[in-house]
Amino acid sequence: MSLFEYAPAPESRSIVDIAPSYGLFIDGEFAAAKNAFKTVNPATEEVLSEVAVADAEDVDRAVAAARRAFESWSALPGAERAKYLFRIARIIQERSRELAVLESLDNGKPIKESRDVDLPLVAAHFFYYAGWADKLSYAGYGTTPLGVAAQVIPWNFPLMMLAWKIAPALATGNTVVLKPAETTPLTALFFADICRQAELPPGVVNIITGAGETGRLLVEHPDVNKVAFTGSTEVGRQIAQSVAGTRKRLSLELGGKAANIVFDDAPIDQAVEGIVNGIFFNQGHVCCAGSRLLVQESISDSFVEALKRRMATLRVGDPLDKNTDIGAINSAAQLARISDLSEIGSAEGAERWSPPCDLPTSGYWFAPTIFTGVTQAHRIAREEIFGPVLSVLTFRTPAEAIEKANNTPYGLSAGIWSEKGSLILAVADKLRAGVIWANTFNKFDPTSPFGGYKESGYGREGGRHGLEAYLA
Amino acid sequence: MTATMLPASDLRSVLRGLPGVDKVGVEARAAALGTRSIKTTAKAAAIDLAIRMVDLTTLEGADTPGKVRALAAKALRPDPADPNCPSVGAVCVYPAMVPYVYEVLKGSGVHLASVATAFPSGQAPLDVKLADTRDAVAAGADEIDMVISRGSFLAGDYSAVFDEIVAVKEAAGPAHLKVILETGELGTYDNVRRASWLAMLAGADFIKTSTGKVPVAATLPVTLVMLEAVRDFRAQTGRQVGVKPAGGIRTTKDAVKYLVLINETAGDDWLSPDWFRFGASSLLNDLLMQRTKLTTGHYAGPDYFTVD
Amino acid sequence: MPKSSAPTRLAVRKTYKLYIGGAFPRSESGRTYLVKGDNVALASRKDVRDAVSAARKAQAKWAGATAYNRGQILYRAAEMLEGRRKEFTALGVPAAEVEAATDRLVWYAGWSDKIAQVVGAANPVAGPFFNLSAPEPTGVVGVVAPASLLGLVSVIAPAIVTGNTVVVLAPGPQAAITLAEVLATSDLPGGVVNILTGHPAETAPWLASHDDVNALDLTGVDDAALATELERAAAGNLKRVLRPAEVAGDFTADPGLHPMTALLETKTVWHPKGF
Repeated sequence: MSLFEYAPAPESRSIVDIAPSYGLFIDGEFAAAKNAFKTVNPATEEVLSEVAVADAEDVDRAVAAARRAFESWSALPGAERAKYLFRIARIIQERSRELAVLESLDNGKPIKESRDVDLPLVAAHFFYYAGWADKLSYAGYGTTPLGVAAQVIPWNFPLMMLAWKIAPALATGNTVVLKPAETTPLTALFFADICRQAELPPGVVNIITGAGETGRLLVEHPDVNKVAFTGSTEVGRQIAQSVAGTRKRLSLELGGKAANIVFDDAPIDQAVEGIVNGIFFNQGHVCCAGSRLLVQESISDSFVEALKRRMATLRVGDPLDKNTDIGAINSAAQLARISDLSEIGSAEGAERWSPPCDLPTSGYWFAPTIFTGVTQAHRIAREEIFGPVLSVLTFRTPAEAIEKANNTPYGLSAGIWSEKGSLILAVADKLRAGVIWANTFNKFDPTSPFGGYKESGYGREGGRHGLEAYLA
Repeated sequence: MTATMLPASDLRSVLRGLPGVDKVGVEARAAALGTRSIKTTAKAAAIDLAIRMVDLTTLEGADTPGKVRALAAKALRPDPADPNCPSVGAVCVYPAMVPYVYEVLKGSGVHLASVATAFPSGQAPLDVKLADTRDAVAAGADEIDMVISRGSFLAGDYSAVFDEIVAVKEAAGPAHLKVILETGELGTYDNVRRASWLAMLAGADFIKTSTGKVPVAATLPVTLVMLEAVRDFRAQTGRQVGVKPAGGIRTTKDAVKYLVLINETAGDDWLSPDWFRFGASSLLNDLLMQRTKLTTGHYAGPDYFTVD
Repeated sequence: MPKSSAPTRLAVRKTYKLYIGGAFPRSESGRTYLVKGDNVALASRKDVRDAVSAARKAQAKWAGATAYNRGQILYRAAEMLEGRRKEFTALGVPAAEVEAATDRLVWYAGWSDKIAQVVGAANPVAGPFFNLSAPEPTGVVGVVAPASLLGLVSVIAPAIVTGNTVVVLAPGPQAAITLAEVLATSDLPGGVVNILTGHPAETAPWLASHDDVNALDLTGVDDAALATELERAAAGNLKRVLRPAEVAGDFTADPGLHPMTALLETKTVWHPKGF
């Protein structure tokens, strides 16, 4: 109990109006489906709403609507498509608070993050890609869209992942059928309403909810020209197999096990912040999370001590409290996975530590955790945990750090902490990762391309490069 | 004797060997801490603590005995309408004004800080600066706020700065010494860290950001760097040093952000007027207005608080 | 005899002043001239001087804003222009032209955070060096604008979207100052755009020879002799010069990158890589 306790500072829920149920958004209208499932608030396990399950017939209808809309959408002058996207961007800005609260309720992430990180990026992605719609001839990838894009997104940044998918697809003249994750469908459904508010022509955006089976039906649909998937490497592999032999274009953004490398000449206090942000931001539910700390042996003891001291000020709790740093784990299934791998970490001989935390009794919660004494041979150094769990390894020289950082089938991101520019650039050159953060971490911008090497996927989202995936 | 005597070259190595500060990172961290939402009971407690931490200051050429007596009276009883309102931490004035403040404050527990050493520029011979210090203490000051020689620091003559602080500390006798780094003139956060360590190694009891007389005064990121420095210094040497941001802190909202900074960086041990002060003047009335709003439930206006 | 219809309401007439530093001052010379019945401020060389000073003062901060922020502001200007269509059509600007001007603002708004990606580059030098070329705004741009609204937007937007500030000599005063009102209500910081109404032949030489102006856009100069004289004067401090088009351009066509790149410097930075 510190001298300065922060009183509860709850963000009000009343700004968002959640309907008891939602249908599928196809061809500009919501329509009921035969089956439904519930979506819950992972912080309290309360049911938020009932959401439809799209079956084969529904998927077919959605793809057909997208196909019909494609002809006129792709024929529109780019400047007109741009203005639709600018409208959407503006509406998102105006409704940001409402959407942020909804995102925190459905996903479990702290309101501070949905309000200050997710929503601003969502709006920014639409603004950025709106501006490309009438400038494709300057981008270097041609000007011919692919057709109908099937897009399947994960639960960790629901609305932001939707923006990363829909904005470039629409700007380039494609139409989409998007399936949000089964545990986080609500912000996508609200987005459907925003499309209506913007008077987007029916069929240009279709939102169908469901679980793995719906996703499979969608990506395997024969009349889809493009598949874009963000999720686990396991499912990504299945999708790559399913499009083999077809003409479907594919982009994948999969898992990671990023190394966050701290050299002895790092700006130490900022490096500690960067490590903490790297693994505890969004409860560690981040594909590019810095889940392996590689710290130079000469400073490892003092660094880990500073890290533990900093972790003790992390606030775990109600996602709608404005002072919460770490929210709920998204689902019971994910919580089980994180717990299991953590047990394995201890069993394999790594030393486990968490700061004292009062975790609520209902909902899905996991205290921020670090494992020291981890080596490359440990499962917790190789497998993606996708939770607030950091594995700490050491290295002696830059060459060794690079070798260890690259020694993984993944290759999404990496962090480098040092005050020496030539070291940073040389190490960055040799790391096999698609996004490299030096003296910072988890920084995203619509102008900055994002995507992985190796089994972290292929294709880039964001920037001029992000147009390529949606053009012929 | 709290100075750690070091030959010049070692002093240079120690200061240059401190970890660097990344500007973008430190400013982002300070800004993130500034988004903490401090409401209701937490806010009330923070306001009272902030009031107790105020070094109520007047450092004008136009200061007179009448002016400083009035300020000292306000320092003792900031809100005449509420006897429960705590007194401030100290009153801070020029050496010539010390005797008049002493008459009002003596025996009250509110400290009497005097600026010294040819404040604010520090551009005077050493013997003048030491005389300045001794006279202020003799007149009743129990705290001395000195300025470092920025010229020597920026020219890399760390020993000159160090020796001067040691000399002033000695001249100050029993009074506790705050060393003003004038962070707005140091140029980089790295220099703020180095100047902080330099002052602490030389025996400072408190490190202070600014004189309030140059355009850039206290900021959250600068204070964050100084809080990290005092935390690390204590971990390394066992000695605790206080921090005083001064100048430009005008609202309760600002003051609360500083308290959050302390809370999540240096920790509980610095959450007390013995180890943290605000160098401010108009801040006090804003704290009083916010305090009153919490007790009465409506917004107050300036007419309801004394001008001094 | 029936009473005639109720007396008509007397309109409040608008005065047209200059737009400098975010405010609407009269000419320091006190002069005005008559345009279609309106008294319009007639700018003098001292107004040019003041406008350049305002543009310089605003330039560093405008260039230091994020590209996203500049794009948002230009988009907001489009929102404001769309909202004021009737004012412009009442001044005689064809509705199609107002729409084109609005769409042109939207087009440029979308360039702010993309131009660097199209004209910048990571250069593969033959050595262990990181090498990056990036565009930077040149600074304060003097502009002699075409008389039409669309022409005016087509010279202002490409200059400011990348972080330059402008001093514009506008020959079509009512539309120009109404556009200034649009800009003034779009969160555009004062001094980024300054508009002087009057006779460009009188004020342009002062702008062309001003040593604190970095570039000169002569798009609106019809007189070849004047254009030559201005380009000569601009050579005094080696301003970057955009000559008038040889054949009158169609402002509704794709402007290409040149209106922006002509007002951009390119900075190339080297850094060794190694440990």
